[in-house]
Amino acid sequence: MNITVRVWRQEGPAATGHLETIEATDVSADSSFLEMLDLVNERLISAGREPIAFDHDCREGICGMCSLVIDGVPHGPRRATTTCQLHMRSFTDGATITIEPFRAKAFGVLRDLVVDRSGFDRIIQAGGYASVNTGGAPDANAIPIGKGEADLAMDAAACIGCGACVAACPNASAMLFTAAKVAHYGHLPQGEPERDRRVTRMVETMDAEGFGNCRNYYECEAACPKEIPVDFIAELNRDFRRATVQGGSR
Amino acid sequence: MTSLSHGLGSSVGRKLVVAVTGLALLGFVLGHMVGNLQLFLGQDALNGYAALIKSKPALLWGARLGLLAFVGAHVVLALELAAENKAARPHGYAAPGRIQSTPNARSMTLTGLMILAFVIYHLAHLTWGVTHPADHALVQTLADGTTRPDVFSAVVLGFQDPLVAGAYLVAMLLLGLHIGHGIQSVFQSLGLTTSSSRGTFAKLGAGLTWLIVIGNCAMPVAVLAGVITLPEGVA
Ligand code: HEM
Ligand code: FES
Repeated sequence: MNITVRVWRQEGPAATGHLETIEATDVSADSSFLEMLDLVNERLISAGREPIAFDHDCREGICGMCSLVIDGVPHGPRRATTTCQLHMRSFTDGATITIEPFRAKAFGVLRDLVVDRSGFDRIIQAGGYASVNTGGAPDANAIPIGKGEADLAMDAAACIGCGACVAACPNASAMLFTAAKVAHYGHLPQGEPERDRRVTRMVETMDAEGFGNCRNYYECEAACPKEIPVDFIAELNRDFRRATVQGGSR
Repeated sequence: MTSLSHGLGSSVGRKLVVAVTGLALLGFVLGHMVGNLQLFLGQDALNGYAALIKSKPALLWGARLGLLAFVGAHVVLALELAAENKAARPHGYAAPGRIQSTPNARSMTLTGLMILAFVIYHLAHLTWGVTHPADHALVQTLADGTTRPDVFSAVVLGFQDPLVAGAYLVAMLLLGLHIGHGIQSVFQSLGLTTSSSRGTFAKLGAGLTWLIVIGNCAMPVAVLAGVITLPEGVA
């Protein structure tokens, strides 16, 4: 197939960027979106030009490194699909596809389509963990956990931290990411001792990083490649209310 | 441990205050509507209700000041959050997309500000008597010779002007857009929504919204349609 890409080019964090239009001819409908970009890059390099910088790693939908806002939607038009798992057959022959970086003050552009998502790391450092004492390995299944709770914890843990929620949110809020991380511990007994501290510190860091405020638009949920539901945001709100307004103790 | 004021100053905390004050305003809107629907019961009912409220100045002023504080907190915090949200996305998308957020959710600030403008007009009309001073000065003389403000006639005279009635109708539609998103949103902000209750809260929000829009619009519509008319002797 033949397509036209309008892709964001920006030399560095301080440079002003622009959309560049590139014709991509002879693209296989069975190639992935990133393979299409690989092809474009090989041709750019052959022509002695700078390839388009974009993030990727596993290319199998589990690492959360790929990003890209494709025609206004993070990870493109297919629901529950990361950019690396998206294929060109999802587009029509002759289409013009606009590719932009994730946009947020907290996600500065480093180069072209690559943004700095280290703000997420700092949110995790603030509370996305459970403290354990070192020593002999504890017995497996020493703490019984109900199937329902274990499943909810797993649903939350499905978050790959890609940042699509921030990119999709009109307010550039990181609430879905933070809520998933809070819930993933909140549904397990191991997370209980640090419950209050976790939610307050993670929210504090999220605010300090310059992410916006959640206004319950639920755009994040629709953009999330792992279909994390906004129900976890309600859980974060509940934990936060209990921890601060209702004078939590932990 | 995080202090209460520190917690309430955060993104989640301020949104919590917007939700609680929004809920309180919603309660007021409902009560206000139920009281005003006495317009359908006639002049004596509505004027008696108005006189009853006025006869309890301590309660009246307590409620007024409380409302003022709620509106103030709701508006100031909502605008502050909105300004921060704008700053959180300094560079927008060349090809912006929308997946499932609703237009009324995305226009909360606009509908909110227009409601605020309407509230001021509404107070100028019926509470302060600025826009229709002659209507506002009308009194009803009772059988025992005492008089009381003729709120009923002031309302009917106002709504007989299609421009005035139209302003009220438009404002109620804007309120409908605002609370149409706002009611289900409150449950999410308060952390009460779960995967199983989400649909119920959405339906509750839609139902309450329609109740409020229809109930409030019924009054100007009934006057315009000639269902509610002026009492004898009022021109
Ligand atoms: C009768 C008057 C009003 C009622 C019943 C009302 C009700 C509500 C409710 C129930 C919410 C949802 C809170 C939540 O998302 O948890 C809300 C949000 C909001 N209100 Fe109002 N409101 C009123 C007046 C106003 C006014 C005058 C403004 C002026 C700016 C305003 C601006 C907003 C904004 C911007 C939000 C969204 C806040 C956010 O999501 O961050 N509202 N309102
Ligand atoms: S590259 Fe790993 S999830 Fe897409």
